[in-house]
Amino acid sequence: MSEVNTLKPSERMKIPRQHSIEQLPNERNRNFLEVSFGLDEERAMIEATRCLECKNPICIEGCPVGIDIRSFIQLMMKKAVLGAVNKIREMNYLPAICGRVCPQESQCEEVCTLGKKHLPVAIGKLERFAADYEMRYKLFEPPKITEHHDESIAIVGSGPSGLTCAAELAKLGYHVTIFEALHAVGGVLRYGIPEFRLPKEILDIEAERIKALGVEIYTNFVVGKTATVDELFDEWDFHAIFLGTGAGTPNFMGIPGESLSGVYSANEFLTRVNLMKAYDFPKYDTPIKIGKQIAVIGGGNTAMDAVRTAKRIGAEKAYLIYRRSRTEMPAREEEIHHAEEEGIEFLLLTSPTRIIGDNNNWVNGIEVQKMELGEPDESGRRKPVVIKGSEFIIPVQTVIEAIGQKPNPIIQATTEGLNVSKRGTIVTNEEQQTSRPAIFAGGDLSRGGATVILAMRDGKVAAAQIDKYLQEKRSTNKQNGETFIRDAV
Amino acid sequence: MFLITHKEKLSPTITKYVIIAPFIAKKRKAGNFVIIRVEDNGERIPLTIVESNPEEGTITLIVQSIGKTTKLLATKNVGDFILDVVGPLGNATPIHLHGAVACVGGGVGTAELYPIAKALKSVGNTVYSIVGARSKDLIILENEMAEISNELFVTTDDGSYKRKGFVTDALKDLLDAPHGISAVYAIGPLPMMKAVSNLTKKYGVKTYVSLNAIMVDGTGMCGGCRVTIDGEMKFACVDGPEFDGHAVDFDELIMRNRTYTDLEQISNTQFNHETIDADLSAVAGRKEFV
Repeated sequence: MSEVNTLKPSERMKIPRQHSIEQLPNERNRNFLEVSFGLDEERAMIEATRCLECKNPICIEGCPVGIDIRSFIQLMMKKAVLGAVNKIREMNYLPAICGRVCPQESQCEEVCTLGKKHLPVAIGKLERFAADYEMRYKLFEPPKITEHHDESIAIVGSGPSGLTCAAELAKLGYHVTIFEALHAVGGVLRYGIPEFRLPKEILDIEAERIKALGVEIYTNFVVGKTATVDELFDEWDFHAIFLGTGAGTPNFMGIPGESLSGVYSANEFLTRVNLMKAYDFPKYDTPIKIGKQIAVIGGGNTAMDAVRTAKRIGAEKAYLIYRRSRTEMPAREEEIHHAEEEGIEFLLLTSPTRIIGDNNNWVNGIEVQKMELGEPDESGRRKPVVIKGSEFIIPVQTVIEAIGQKPNPIIQATTEGLNVSKRGTIVTNEEQQTSRPAIFAGGDLSRGGATVILAMRDGKVAAAQIDKYLQEKRSTNKQNGETFIRDAV
Repeated sequence: MFLITHKEKLSPTITKYVIIAPFIAKKRKAGNFVIIRVEDNGERIPLTIVESNPEEGTITLIVQSIGKTTKLLATKNVGDFILDVVGPLGNATPIHLHGAVACVGGGVGTAELYPIAKALKSVGNTVYSIVGARSKDLIILENEMAEISNELFVTTDDGSYKRKGFVTDALKDLLDAPHGISAVYAIGPLPMMKAVSNLTKKYGVKTYVSLNAIMVDGTGMCGGCRVTIDGEMKFACVDGPEFDGHAVDFDELIMRNRTYTDLEQISNTQFNHETIDADLSAVAGRKEFV
């Protein structure tokens, strides 16, 4: 596409980056409505005109799923918003989700040419605008499926990798069935990411669009328990299986006091609030208890989600305890910034040593010690070193540990012949294929703990590879004069 | 959606439900549990599967109505649906040939014990069963237990039925008997399992207990069901629910299980009021037609 914009590059550079409207920090930290309302139509159009329409659009290389960013923004410039969202959906079936939770600042926007001297184009906000526009005016039409294949594929887990893999395979014309352990679809998008970052209504609509492709979804089905992977092959006659069960098992620090009432893993805390809606107890039956003072341990996105959620359900003082400094925090800058705005108190270079309980076995304090940064460790970040004798006690009634997760072991324990790493992740090749040729895996189950978009990327890569794998089988079988019969899986 | 095909009151507060759940019925082994959610705003609660019938695709649950969720379940009748049932979860109970075993059930725990006792009998153990409860009306499955046991002993705390006393009194007699006991399986309230474990420890008799910890997902994701076994953190849902009774930190678990007592009370009271209100309005409604 030649250039659409009539403005000269120098003129485009003068346009300031457009900001979306956000709820005021002191209001939003008491409700679960979305923090950001996104760009309005006018601002979105202005923002689109900032794009330089580079001949070599390196932003596309910055996108893990390779969205044709230049083309979708050009369509926006022409006010063809529906065209823009369809352009995005060619590469990413879940734009309303990615537009909200993707770390654009370290992907497409990081490499944006405009960003070298000015602020980069707000690609993420434009993606969200286009997706929301389509939802608001109910313009979605499922893509036409032109080919049809006889093979069936099972997708285990309905998180970002599973949903993406399912959508891609359904578009290619396969029979796709998703198996989800919980009673609602979405995986971490459902139980982990809070309403104020990703409204569940958006997730529900995106999930409906997956179903619109003909994908069948079984909830309340724990693969490995309700049926094993091999039973899915042998009794359900699936021809290939994609595993995307995530990193759902929470780590605990191993310090004294973790069994006290009032100590949660971030997983449990967020699941109670997000999936079970404990914030609306007793209208919803699942309880949660939050102290006036609470502490969240960790510095990642999950820690930010937990501490901001705790503030919203009534904590007066919400501390975030992190053993390194702010620069080493793995959370997205936007999330850290939002947390600070909402009045979260950051206790940096601080590490817990024990949790203290009262006579009723309830948390009433956490002992921490100060740290200083030493030499860089294997991750390249400066290693925190204990300052001796620096212990002090903070009064808190709730402690939430958000120090990472490991893969759920159920599949690995019930499936023969799967290569599993020491960390419990499933080993795959670059095409997401496991040690068993008909089984593919992706997302946190194979990565150990990453982002929504990388999980989606894996789902996409796996879908393409599953297609290739099944095509090859089909042609070999044809050469041998057989109809497609599954052999060693 | 899971259809209830059979409902039967075993006592004023304990009800048996048969539910259509073919995938679960096919895979279930003694000791497995399900997580259910009765209605849309509901809580997820774990319940042990008492029996399954793979041919008919059904599972059997026996539930005591104590809290909001179990009382709500009790309002459901044959032909009604339970919104969510997922399983079979947890590890199956290891069934070995020990020789003489004692199976000890307390209250509604007897329902969970029954399939295990049955399985132990079927592999050739001599099964001595002890069923106990606070009073006569809480004794369940007496006939069923008698059928699969070589000998059955019944105790009630208040002496309203059979032997007055605790299950541990009857168990002590068995441990002291000439035939001895090689292994004990105990399922019931935590204080009961604790008392049984303390007793058998003195005799050095291997004791299996089934821990009912607080759970949300039941698949190892939330960590709410963490228990301390021999000083190590374990998740009851994926590492259990059965553990060596001599290694369990019961006091800690008893305290942890009280985490939400006050909130559960709120739910419960509200539910009781709503049920009464509904009954009253039903009566009022009927009057209009008279």
